Amino acid sequence: MAKGSVSIVVERCKACGFCVEFCPTKVLALSSAFNSKGYHPPHLVQPEKCSGCDLCGMYCPDFAIHGYKTDGKEAVPDAR
Amino acid sequence: MSAPAAVEVKAPINPVEPFLRMDRMPHIWCPGCGIGTTVNCFTRALIESKVDLKNLALVSGIGCTGRVAGYVKLDSFHTTHGRAIPFATGMKLANPKLNVVVYAGDGDLFAIGGNHLIHAARRNVDIKVICVNNLIYAMTGGQTAPTTPANVITATAPYGSFDPAFNLPALVEAAGAVYVARWTTFHVRQIARSMQEMFAKKGFGFIEILSPCPTLYQRRNKLGDGLDTMKYYKEKSKIKNGAPTSECALAKQGEIIVGKFVDREKPDYIELMRQHLANACPQFIDWYQVEEQRAEEAQDGGCCTQ
Amino acid sequence: MHADPKGVLTGVHFLDGDHACCEGALAAGARFAAGYPITPSTEVVERFAMRVPTVGGVFIQMEDELAASIAIQGAVWGGAKAFTVTSGPGFSLMMEHIGYAAMTETPCVFVDVQRGGPSTGLPTLPAQADMMQCRWGSHGDYEVIAVCPNSPQEAFDLTIQAFNFSEQYRVPVFVMLDECVGHMTEKVIIPEADQIDVYPRRKTTAKQGEYLPYKSNGDGVPDIAHAGEGHRFHMTGLTHDERGYPAMTVKVQDKLVRRLQTKITNAIEKITLFEAADLDGADAVVLSYGITSRVAQRAIELAHAKGLKVGKFRLITAWPFPDYKIQEIARTAKAIIVPELNLGQMSREVQRAANGACKVVPVPHAGGGVHNPEDILKAIEEAIR
Repeated sequence: MAKGSVSIVVERCKACGFCVEFCPTKVLALSSAFNSKGYHPPHLVQPEKCSGCDLCGMYCPDFAIHGYKTDGKEAVPDAR
Repeated sequence: MSAPAAVEVKAPINPVEPFLRMDRMPHIWCPGCGIGTTVNCFTRALIESKVDLKNLALVSGIGCTGRVAGYVKLDSFHTTHGRAIPFATGMKLANPKLNVVVYAGDGDLFAIGGNHLIHAARRNVDIKVICVNNLIYAMTGGQTAPTTPANVITATAPYGSFDPAFNLPALVEAAGAVYVARWTTFHVRQIARSMQEMFAKKGFGFIEILSPCPTLYQRRNKLGDGLDTMKYYKEKSKIKNGAPTSECALAKQGEIIVGKFVDREKPDYIELMRQHLANACPQFIDWYQVEEQRAEEAQDGGCCTQ
Repeated sequence: MHADPKGVLTGVHFLDGDHACCEGALAAGARFAAGYPITPSTEVVERFAMRVPTVGGVFIQMEDELAASIAIQGAVWGGAKAFTVTSGPGFSLMMEHIGYAAMTETPCVFVDVQRGGPSTGLPTLPAQADMMQCRWGSHGDYEVIAVCPNSPQEAFDLTIQAFNFSEQYRVPVFVMLDECVGHMTEKVIIPEADQIDVYPRRKTTAKQGEYLPYKSNGDGVPDIAHAGEGHRFHMTGLTHDERGYPAMTVKVQDKLVRRLQTKITNAIEKITLFEAADLDGADAVVLSYGITSRVAQRAIELAHAKGLKVGKFRLITAWPFPDYKIQEIARTAKAIIVPELNLGQMSREVQRAANGACKVVPVPHAGGGVHNPEDILKAIEEAIR
């Protein structure tokens, strides 16, 4: 089980790419889906590698993502 | 396939949200702009420092960075261009219990506001200045700033800038600040740590945070987008804590010396004033002592609410 | 409520206008001043620098007038009563922040000890040529209140009045002195603190989370809060709504600037202080303010000695301008004579308000000294002929 997970607010994302680039374990990638403004928000491509370090949350200029620790428990998927 | 987990974990709220006026989201900053990133660092620093938010006042100038005041859920004051620092000085002197943070951009603090900055640093006024430096005047459309490196094309330098640029850490150190650091928006953990250190210290503190302005600075100079700029920061930054600030000048797409450069002890302005007047003025009434007593008696903060 | 006795120098004094103004500020409860040296105003803050450490407060000499004019506003939002002091060139530098105070409804007092201008002009000599600037100097639509002392005693009394107006109406208020009154030494009686009325700051009583910084009360003035009281409010110079949030639309702009205007104009009869005598049956009325009113008094006495029916109208409040009083006077008088130490500023207001109902005769003076009473008398005689 992953040590952490992320929560994404899809509508706030402006697809700057910071979270994808700087995630230490490359958990994220920009998805092919898009929000109402036409941006491709990130999604978890390697969720099992997420440590919950919240670097993504610190980088995100749009407050659209943050990471959290799950202590090995199952994370409720949270992309809204 | 793993066994089903006994307990499910719901995502906690984003730690930045309690600090934001969520009724004003989304903000106006461009995709790839780093100002929002600095706000995350600020939030984390406030949480770690356990700063009493009731006594935190945020004063901003005008410009893209100036808009931070409008988005944070604190007593926040969006003042005039270049004059956040004297406003903050007046506020701190009227109520020293307040932690006063100034959040402004490079043009606001160092062009129109330059005089106020050097005097507040000279006096070591106990305020904390967070300078987001995107090397340009962003809000007004991308004009040359006193920090814009040479050979950069701007709206007012269509053939490229030839002005020499300020070295902010050197200037602020020379003016008298007790805490001077520089980071880029790539250095999120270090920014938060520096802010924490700065909040714990009395006196004039200054952190310069280099940030992309993808819409104007980078785009006009064909330097890519916000992410390209962050990669440049990652590649070309060198952490040199304690480096002489005179060696920290920036050049277009050049090496960026980052780190904590100045961390020294000096009495802050209010300390100086109280000590001096207590010795020199025979009938000195220490206003702050009076106010503390009054606050204890009446549980009513602030002076002159009579 | 009554003045705080710590700031009241009760007694009979021999003070100049600048010094009396400082005592007025202290009596009114001012405990913060920021200034920048400029003749002929500097004595106000020099005295404050000496007095306030013994009363309990702060003086800071800032690096320029731009800093001084905004530092006082930071101090107000930090909880203090605050003022700054300047003269012409410094007044010009303060204009942006005067507009900021008007827009954010920051209660504060600006003292302008007027001197010859324009530009560096006559640093040590009187004029009254900043009157229009006081009203219109900053950009945009806003109202201010301005009072004009004509003696050191009035410099004391009207400075207290200025602070009271600023708190009641949440507006920057101007004490328009001139170098003559500022540097003239006369008897000043400072009463006991319980004889001095001080208007308290209109603090909100809203619970945390319920405070709307720019929601107006019935008189058009919102309640104020200070930083550090837990309201976590936002204040901006941008056009804003009741929450204090930027709201840059035509509708919000209209509502806001009209309220900034009507909160003053609706209370005009309470704000416009004046001194009037012999208006009934007067053929000519001499309208004046500040030091010129002392000279005009002499001219009126000379006119009376000649049997002329001349009335006196002295503006104590110059802004808002008392249109309604001028309209009254213009209905029956043949002429209103307006001597000023400028080339015609308040006389334009008189002309506007009289609206052709009677003659308006400016008696200009470029500044640097005061009128000859005979020149004012001559204007009276010519106007009545």
